[in-house]
Amino acid sequence: MHFDAFDRYHESKSFIHRLDPRVKVSMTLAFILSNALLPDGAWSAFACSWIFLLFVNLFSELGFVYSLKRSFIALPFALIAITVLFSVPGEPLSTFQFLMWNLTITDAGLLRFISIVIRSWLSVQMAILLVATTRFPDIVHALEHLRVPSILTTIIAFLYRYLFVLADEVFRLLRARESRSASAAGSRSGGSVVWRARVAGNMAGQLFIRSYERSDRVYNAMLSRGYAGHLQTMSPHELHRVDYVTTALALILILILQMIGRL
Amino acid sequence: MHYSPAPLHIPENFLSIMVSVICWLITASVLSMAISRTNKSLGERQVPLMGVMAAFIFAAQMINFPVIGGTSGHLLGGVLAAITLGPWAGMLVMTAVIAVQALLFQDGGLLVMGANILNMGLVTVAIGYGLYRGVSGGSRALKLSVAGIAAWLSVMAGALFTSMELWLSGYAKLQIVIPAMLGIHALIGVGEALITVAALAFILQSRPDLLGENSESARGSRGWVIAGGLISLVVVFLSPLASSDPDGLERVASDLGILGSGQSAPFEILPDYTLPFLGATPASTVIAGIIGILVVGVIIVLIGQGMKAKS
Repeated sequence: MHFDAFDRYHESKSFIHRLDPRVKVSMTLAFILSNALLPDGAWSAFACSWIFLLFVNLFSELGFVYSLKRSFIALPFALIAITVLFSVPGEPLSTFQFLMWNLTITDAGLLRFISIVIRSWLSVQMAILLVATTRFPDIVHALEHLRVPSILTTIIAFLYRYLFVLADEVFRLLRARESRSASAAGSRSGGSVVWRARVAGNMAGQLFIRSYERSDRVYNAMLSRGYAGHLQTMSPHELHRVDYVTTALALILILILQMIGRL
Repeated sequence: MHYSPAPLHIPENFLSIMVSVICWLITASVLSMAISRTNKSLGERQVPLMGVMAAFIFAAQMINFPVIGGTSGHLLGGVLAAITLGPWAGMLVMTAVIAVQALLFQDGGLLVMGANILNMGLVTVAIGYGLYRGVSGGSRALKLSVAGIAAWLSVMAGALFTSMELWLSGYAKLQIVIPAMLGIHALIGVGEALITVAALAFILQSRPDLLGENSESARGSRGWVIAGGLISLVVVFLSPLASSDPDGLERVASDLGILGSGQSAPFEILPDYTLPFLGATPASTVIAGIIGILVVGVIIVLIGQGMKAKS
């Protein structure tokens, strides 16, 4: 498997791509926070946030609705908030029986449900844009600059580096299981659920031992190449004037969004 | 690349900002403790080990097994990480896994990451390590059985914490969210328990030296036993109580000022609400909860014995 099989990064030289990763990470956080702070039913502010998002799409040269298309994979999450419909007191809209629950949908519940889904959906899109325009090692480096403890960022960097190696290992294990689990058409193969779980557990144990032994080899290889306790980087990561101007502009726009939400 | 989101990940902005911030504060303080302990006790050799092990947990979550009709069980990994790596390193590894899932796959969010790390990374590791250390002198079958129970409890604890956070945000009713979440995760937890026990049995069989009592875990283990035991007790007592007697919890929460004014008395709509299968009084429901845990425990012990006999 190729090392960037998990990566969502798109190669480009657009304006957004060239911004410093620190700016992109902190502005993404600011946008998500801004969405969280918008009150329920602030429709015009939600709409303006979406326009803001469309422009970021545009400036990153990924296509006007890139993040919109990508956000649909994350949609099933709306299920988790469905209980909001019944949890807020207000004018009842409709009542029905589900299993042992007598459920009443209220207007306030509906308002809050739609607001939560919109907030989440806008935030997810900005996060999608962040990883589509920033190399993952750069994000990790930005986190380090933003005072995330270096032991955590180092573990994250290793996780990213070896994810595809161990994923390959998993696919080999899964393929081995597949090829040993032949079944005649119409009849079920394999043993009981407990037996199947035990096979999966053995695979996890096997993977653990292989990973452990690999980490030993990795450490020795790094040591022989001059590893002295922390990871080095070749990119200087300097903040230029365009980064400061963009940050200031984005913050002003977010403040305006908040004001629109509170009108 | 196929990647299926796990059910315990709270999506971005699905908690109120207050609850998100509180969870981040709890998570950050536990993590800073973990970082200072790890920096003190581990050499530079351990950092690549923890990194590759984080990739292991991530990859191990992709190993699945068919359960019934298209659904499949897979690993969350908190308890396995705790037992194989020790508590502090286990927490850091789980944190890295959850952070990458949120950053790269939008599975979980950034603002709610504190809550997700708390539910899936910190609580699971504390339960797993605490209970496992409690029987570290015991026989192999006992250790495996306790690991299984811890794995099941850790999933239940994650589900309980998630439910409570949704409720404190005013986004869910306790009477609905707790039975629904705990009901689903009681099954998911059995899958977690089975895989964890089988993986541990496999490691004990082929590389027992990797699970040797390392120097880090020998010290301060009593604190972990107490912490893990306490969290387990909270799960056992709170789950049935919260679903049958939410008024009590509601009162405690509003006395403490946690509950925002926006979601006052969210269960007024259904005043004569009862859960038929849990009885009427809090005492009976707690007993029902304990009986349930015991039944699951006995089943897991029996399965553990069966696995031991076969392997």
